[in-house]
Amino acid sequence: MAESLSATEVPLVGDFSQTPSNDSLKDVRVGVITFPGTLDDRDASRAVRAAGGTAVELWHDDADLKNVDAVIIPGGFSYGDYLRAGAIAAKAAVMSKVIDAAQSDNALPVLGICNGFQILTESHLLPGSMIKNDHRKFICRDQILRIDNNETPWTSEFEKGQEIVVPLKNQDGQYVAEQKVLDALEAENRVVFRYVGFNPNGSRNDIAGITNARGNVVGLMPHPEHAIEAGFGPSSSGFGDVDLRGGADGLGIFTSALHNIINVK
Amino acid sequence: MARIVVDVMLKPEILDPQGKAIANELPRIGLNEFTDVRQGKRFELTVEGEVTEELLAQARKAAEELLSNPVIEDVVNVSALED
Repeated sequence: MAESLSATEVPLVGDFSQTPSNDSLKDVRVGVITFPGTLDDRDASRAVRAAGGTAVELWHDDADLKNVDAVIIPGGFSYGDYLRAGAIAAKAAVMSKVIDAAQSDNALPVLGICNGFQILTESHLLPGSMIKNDHRKFICRDQILRIDNNETPWTSEFEKGQEIVVPLKNQDGQYVAEQKVLDALEAENRVVFRYVGFNPNGSRNDIAGITNARGNVVGLMPHPEHAIEAGFGPSSSGFGDVDLRGGADGLGIFTSALHNIINVK
Repeated sequence: MARIVVDVMLKPEILDPQGKAIANELPRIGLNEFTDVRQGKRFELTVEGEVTEELLAQARKAAEELLSNPVIEDVVNVSALED
């Protein structure tokens, strides 16, 4: 896996000896969209490469998706969060292609992280919306999440109920939806990630991430792409001393997608 | 040229942190009678010529499909701006 990172990207602390190499994953093309104001596109691309896949840059006004097998909509402040977080990006040219592909027979796997999650709700690919954190402050912390649904292409390599620790950083992170929408999400097992131990933003039902009815579109507020390299993510325990060999809990999101796609190909 | 005004408010049940922050500031300038503040958004859409029913209909479409998010917000006013 280390070979798929360029020399300047090889981490100083991490131990990659345990990472299985699988060259076939290189054929999997994962698009990463950049809007004006996107911040985490480079980290998302890096996560795709660290997982063994090929990251494909997509620009907000691209009229086609460059034959990608999946799409990641990264975090940041697209269009400066003008109007509402994600509202302008949801109308961008590339998003109409993403919406079509996500709803097509092929059911393109789509992952929205943070602002990407907001863009997915504003695009109506996912229900509900995000509003300002209930405590009214920006928050940045290492967050424990529980995988409540491991049947999506983005979570299939986790155990149901498994807990992971990834960074969380947001201002508009409070997930809200009508009660009947929340009831449906729970009844249909569509809550994918749930906050554990501490609800950092007042989200209904401790919801950190959800999926659509078909399961191919997943959105979450926390940032798995910042926890993909041993020694650089949060301690996998979430408490106490930082574990220099840990902190890669988010990588499974990306390897899950790559393996799902290669199995279908 | 004429203008159409669109007012959007957070739904009553949605927490409005900005409104709360403003409410907390009011006593600091000596105003103690306001028990709550809700902050909304006002949009002014400029058109050539007069405001017609057709243009008002387009403004309502803009209000519902872009200017507001029906999950969290209500469009509370779409009307021609009287000069």
